[in-house]
Amino acid sequence: MSDVKKFMYLNRRAPYGTIYAWESLEVILIGAAFDQEVSLMCMDDGVYQLVKGSDTSQSDMKNFMPTYRTLGDYGVRHMYVDKASLEARGLTQDDLIEVAWEDFETEEEVDNIVEIVDADQVAKLMAESEVVFS
Amino acid sequence: MADLHTVNKSPFEKNSLETAIRYSMAGSSILLLEDGVYGATKGTAMEGMVKDAMGDKKVYALRSDLMARAIKEDRVIDGVEIVDYAGFVDLVEANDKVQAWL
Repeated sequence: MSDVKKFMYLNRRAPYGTIYAWESLEVILIGAAFDQEVSLMCMDDGVYQLVKGSDTSQSDMKNFMPTYRTLGDYGVRHMYVDKASLEARGLTQDDLIEVAWEDFETEEEVDNIVEIVDADQVAKLMAESEVVFS
Repeated sequence: MADLHTVNKSPFEKNSLETAIRYSMAGSSILLLEDGVYGATKGTAMEGMVKDAMGDKKVYALRSDLMARAIKEDRVIDGVEIVDYAGFVDLVEANDKVQAWL
């Protein structure tokens, strides 16, 4: 297992106005097939990707928010949210989705892998990652 | 004589809203749509700027885009009028021209 790398997906865009969030989600789902250690970092407008309650019934757009809830099942182990970005947008953890994670081999479970981190932690987590996709 | 200014970019990522506010005349209407609707939310770093603008301009936000972005009505800044597509058309009709801040 020495070829397992620490991958981080860095999301900085809001979900619907541009295609970035959707494309990033597709890449995460594809990457999940390769059994790497994967985490997601949401900062700037990327924190909007994890806000719950999206309703696209009047927008002619596919609501792809439910897919984020499944990321734990696709092997994403951590979903980090930058605290300063959240606060600048008047949001708290209560506004965010919860994503469960389970290791099917060890049966280790985590109720919610969405975690708010401060700027120092963000920098450290990115520095510790071997590959950062944005 | 008044114009409708449309803003479709997030105020946290682009300065479109800030510029639209700065360079629009008193009595103008500003319609927030697509990612622009994030500018209509309470409790953000942009709230003060939007509230100041509402001193002499009218601010609107498009309902379908608020809904897609999970911004409930009670999270919209007081005084911002929520409009649907028909309301958008009414605004276009009621103003002299439309200026889009992309």
